Amino acid sequence: MSALRLAEAAVPAPPTLDVERIRQDFPILARRIREHPLVYLDNAATTQKPRQVLDALARYYSDGNANIHRGVYTLSEEATAAYDAARVKVQRFVNARASREIVFTRSSTESINLVAHSFGRRHVGPGDEILITHMEHHSNIVPWQLLCEQVGAQLRVAPIDDSGTLQLDEFERLLGPRTKLVSVVHLSNSLGTINPVREIIAMAKRRDVPVLIDGSQAVYHMPVDVQALDCDFYAFTGHKLYGPTGIGVLWGREEWLERMPPYQGGGDMIRSVTFEKTTYADLPHKFEAGTPHIAGVVGLGAAVDYLVGVGFEAIAPHEADLLAYGTAALSEVKGLRLIGTAKEKASILAFVMKKAHPHDVGTIVDTEGVAVRTGHHCTQPIMDRFGVPATARASVAMYNTREEIDALVRALERVREMFPL
Amino acid sequence: MSDLRELYQEVILDHNRRPHNFGELDGADRHADGYNPLCGDKLAVYVNLDGDRISEVSFLGSGCAISKASASLMTDAVKGKTLGEARVLFEQFLALVTDDAAVVDEALVGKLAVFGGVRDYPTRVKCASLAWHTLRAAVEDRHELVSTE
Ligand SMILES: Cc1ncc(COP(=O)(O)O)c(C=O)c1O
Repeated sequence: MSALRLAEAAVPAPPTLDVERIRQDFPILARRIREHPLVYLDNAATTQKPRQVLDALARYYSDGNANIHRGVYTLSEEATAAYDAARVKVQRFVNARASREIVFTRSSTESINLVAHSFGRRHVGPGDEILITHMEHHSNIVPWQLLCEQVGAQLRVAPIDDSGTLQLDEFERLLGPRTKLVSVVHLSNSLGTINPVREIIAMAKRRDVPVLIDGSQAVYHMPVDVQALDCDFYAFTGHKLYGPTGIGVLWGREEWLERMPPYQGGGDMIRSVTFEKTTYADLPHKFEAGTPHIAGVVGLGAAVDYLVGVGFEAIAPHEADLLAYGTAALSEVKGLRLIGTAKEKASILAFVMKKAHPHDVGTIVDTEGVAVRTGHHCTQPIMDRFGVPATARASVAMYNTREEIDALVRALERVREMFPL
Repeated sequence: MSDLRELYQEVILDHNRRPHNFGELDGADRHADGYNPLCGDKLAVYVNLDGDRISEVSFLGSGCAISKASASLMTDAVKGKTLGEARVLFEQFLALVTDDAAVVDEALVGKLAVFGGVRDYPTRVKCASLAWHTLRAAVEDRHELVSTE
């Protein structure tokens, strides 16, 4: 990857990412689907994995597999070192102050549930409020509903406008004396909206309200610096940033993590256990009960290396070009309406078509090899907000090309033939 | 394009555009709501019974072409049938859309045979069968929402 030296290249438009070279790293992109080259445009659901990640996984299992933190033998020490090294990679990736602020979880979903349990049970009580937005993923809605039910708190929801932009003044109005936590998505998976998280965090900070940011979609499109953001928790998931499934991250400010009780109990998270009293391990192990997904962590470390090696300075303009190109191209398709037209946007092209249900759209474009998502994308409240049962959604990643957008548009013409206006 | 036409046969596209028995039956004896959370399809099925016989049946709702056409053709197919006959038809239909090796009684399934193409699209089986599950709930007088998940 270092051979790419992308950062040194001049960066006028057109973007300078060597996409063909990048594509070589992703074996799955050579696949054919129903006799067409695969056009993978469902990156918001999960991204494909580069060879570097696949190799790291294979190498770990074929060469370095052992349980961590337990053995005194070489293999276990190596596995422990690889595990710890990946934590440091992730720490640097989001610019956390210390690696003990990086907790490995199963997914974004588990990261958010961890906060809902450990922070929520301790710091949220009857009559208190949790503030989210109308564009949250179900994984940033349901854990709070469960918490609210258990402790008698209330969920407050900040509205969005017709473009899918958060109404910041309304959000600020909803920040009240009873607000105990704000939890907001950084980049919406259904609309593509990039939320003004700095302003949101600053508003909350002025009232001493901690903030969780759901960064599931953001971390693979833009650089994230949790110290500069000044939030309190940041959740993301490995499989969207070119890493394996089953591994997620919760970054938490040390002061909070120290005060929060453990999420799950078990091995690896204790200092000493007696039947009378158990004391817990230091951060981050207090929150990592049981044998972790060691291979997943190693794979995530490789994914972070890969992403950093290519560099957001090259990825971001390329993806911005695809979004602009795709927005223009889709706007030309007759009877197509884009859902999510915020000014600040990345990656996502969600749409509905007159006379053709999104589900039919998805099936028809698949026969041309084009993979898009159809459905509510785990954001049913957004569907209700826009008065649609579902949308079709194309979402781009670093390896996509303008030609693939063209293939999508051609496939949508097939839809039009089948379902004329 | 050819295998797509297997799925989206003209009959299906026609029924999607101009569904039969579309609308609410005023004062229906039986009624149930169905929902496919996968794609957001919602439909209601209304039934009037004359003893053991489905004398009138209609549906209302929004959904993809497959689910709408399936509901439309279903209402045509079960109207005038006894509950027992409708149940047999449902079983035949399920076999048709899920089972490659299914031997269906062509005379019995009639026009419903156009849904044979659904077999090759496993995610769409739920679209095709939603109306039938909802019909069964209606005649059994079950009022909870029927979900395909
Ligand atoms: C914005 C957002 N939050 C949370 C999630 C949940 O991620 P996971 O299913 O990996 O926990 C997703 C992915 O589906 C997402 O897009």
